[in-house]
Amino acid sequence: MKHLMGAGVSLAVFCLMGGAALAADCGITSGKVAILSNDFEALRVLADAAKECANEKVTVTANQTTEHKNLQVPALTVNPAQYTVAFVANNSIAPLLSADLVRPLDDLIAKYGQELQPNQLIKVDGKTIAIAFDANSQHLFYRKDILDKAGVQPPKTYEDVLAAAKAIKDKGIMQYPLAAADKPGWDLGAEFVNLYIGEGGDFFEPGSAKLAITNDKGVATLKLMKALTAYMPPDYLSYDADAMKAAYNSGKVAMMDGWGSYANDVINPKSSSPEIASNTVLAGAPTIGDNGIPAASLWWDGFSIAKNISDQDATASFQAMMHALDPSVAAAHPDAAPWLMKGFKPGPAQVGVMLTASSPKAKAYPMLPYMGLLHTALSNEIGDYLKGSKDEAKTLSDIEAAYNAAAKEGGFL
Amino acid sequence: MPHRTFLMFILPSLLAMLVFIAAPVVSVAIQSLFVAHDKVMVSVQSCGPFGCTTDVHVDTKATEALQKQQPLGKFNGLGTYTDRNHLAFAEIGAILSDNSGLGDVAVRIYALPFYRALSFTLVYTFVVTPLAMLLGFVIALSVNAVSPWIKGPVIFFSLLPMIITPIIGSLIVYWMIDADAILGSALQDLFHDPNLYLKASPVLTWIVLLCYGVWTNGPFSFVVFYAGLQMVPKDTLESAMIDGANRWERVRFVVMPYLTPLATFVALVQLMDNFRVFEPIVGFNAQANASSLSYSIYSDLNGQFSQLFSSAAATSMLTILGVIILLIPVLMRTWREFNLKAA
Repeated sequence: MKHLMGAGVSLAVFCLMGGAALAADCGITSGKVAILSNDFEALRVLADAAKECANEKVTVTANQTTEHKNLQVPALTVNPAQYTVAFVANNSIAPLLSADLVRPLDDLIAKYGQELQPNQLIKVDGKTIAIAFDANSQHLFYRKDILDKAGVQPPKTYEDVLAAAKAIKDKGIMQYPLAAADKPGWDLGAEFVNLYIGEGGDFFEPGSAKLAITNDKGVATLKLMKALTAYMPPDYLSYDADAMKAAYNSGKVAMMDGWGSYANDVINPKSSSPEIASNTVLAGAPTIGDNGIPAASLWWDGFSIAKNISDQDATASFQAMMHALDPSVAAAHPDAAPWLMKGFKPGPAQVGVMLTASSPKAKAYPMLPYMGLLHTALSNEIGDYLKGSKDEAKTLSDIEAAYNAAAKEGGFL
Repeated sequence: MPHRTFLMFILPSLLAMLVFIAAPVVSVAIQSLFVAHDKVMVSVQSCGPFGCTTDVHVDTKATEALQKQQPLGKFNGLGTYTDRNHLAFAEIGAILSDNSGLGDVAVRIYALPFYRALSFTLVYTFVVTPLAMLLGFVIALSVNAVSPWIKGPVIFFSLLPMIITPIIGSLIVYWMIDADAILGSALQDLFHDPNLYLKASPVLTWIVLLCYGVWTNGPFSFVVFYAGLQMVPKDTLESAMIDGANRWERVRFVVMPYLTPLATFVALVQLMDNFRVFEPIVGFNAQANASSLSYSIYSDLNGQFSQLFSSAAATSMLTILGVIILLIPVLMRTWREFNLKAA
């Protein structure tokens, strides 16, 4: 009986402690925290951590959806805004900035942001408008076993990738060793952006929204995209990034330029097939020739605080996010993302992104208000080129015409 | 019914139509004449985890001032309608004045986004509508002929394509025609062609989309025609039998004349529906090979973080115009029949 009571008491103490740990002290007196974010693992980790700040005076809610981009502008335009925190990336912050919907964070950082690293601050015109917490990029995933069988060295450049693909195909190991996310929509545009960055090209004339891709680099990018499709299954135009990952996980692909945020799923021995997981090597994004520029755009994920909310809610939101961005959260979830928080040591799933981002010549996806229009034009016009119904010069002039029409409508030209 | 009573009777639905249909159409029409203000741009330095760059950003204060003056945007007249992403007058003019034959003209016009979308929309409308009506009619005749005790299950089975949500139906078929899936690999075996990918070639994709359209639209015609068949007078059919008419002749000379008004109604509804084809393109991931007017509107409004409202509004107005043009022959026919009866 005595033992039983002792056990009961310790159980009660344990529960109390557990309860205390759940309702973390974030230093918030009161307020409303409402998060709008995209939906992937790293963002779920942070939203869950922010929710720990909830108590009877502080409400924390999160809407995590891949449709966030359609919600963010209308939801932050109304006053008071529907969400106090918007998780953003290089591209999704542009419409919020153009409509002046996020607030400068410098005062809040001075008060509550001591743990932040200088490179986490996203500054425009000297004002901090967002705080980044992780990095992402596309990079090379390859199957060591298949490359060994074909007797080729791990590829460093796209020329190597093509040669390796040819060797694999010629030896009859795989008919279609490559995969890319070439589905018109977001993915096809992103492929062009990555390779064009790898060619060292500039998208726009400096200081204006005038397009500048009609040049040798644009032609070379298109030619490379087409050369790669020779080693992909004939329906490559219906593959988006998720379909490409699924094809890789089912063992049908030897090399792909996949997202860093998918790496953990692919190399995790507990997931899908352990054999593929153990033979997958994550490498930096290949370069084109020996110019040393990784053919990938670098991305950051971060958060901004809405402008149209009370200062009290803004402070509460910032404090809740600081709790979520605590280095201990990153350390507890090392596989979720290459975190930018202080003292984070990247795990095996982040090697590819780290190798890509550490190159001094690597470039970020442009944080420009009219980049989205170009991205859409690229996606709509390149499909016909890959199918062979027009040549490079015609494709580039079509992209330019489609972009110009959209940019004129948007008031950028 | 006195006119006054009739008016009172339909007043609520008339009001609802004004508020929910007419007013939005007018607002979209107005929107299509305006474009966004010229943005005031400034060069600023922006910094992030990957270093600093000098970027061009929107000067929000100055742009907001412009916005306040003219909340609708900058008046553009019919400019959006005639630009490259819509009717493309300038581009068509250039193609017509300098080309190497009819084939070249067709290929180059097809490369323009609006005409690309219009071609598939029209083909879909004019192939799927008659074939789906024919399919529905055949099913209705067959169901009418089966013995009563299996009629229930047969009707349920025939209605399945309509019960399944279009996007789910198209996704299921899409997965089945994958080269590794049951239908895709069966076709590869059948034609001894390991490179036969239904999703790869534009022609095959169009055929798949059209077949799917017929399959999913058939049940609607079936339901209407089946109801119509119950109204065909038994005595006329029996007297035709006594006169020695075979089954086909009875269908041709008794059943079909009775169903003509219904067929006009079904054609009307189906033409309108099919002209707005959208779900199959998304469900079949067929964006690379097929586009439609509705899909262009969707992609304008669902662009990467930037919505082109004027462009979408212009395409919507053009779609409405297209529907009206499509319906004119059918409406004229109904009007003639109405006058004939009145006379």
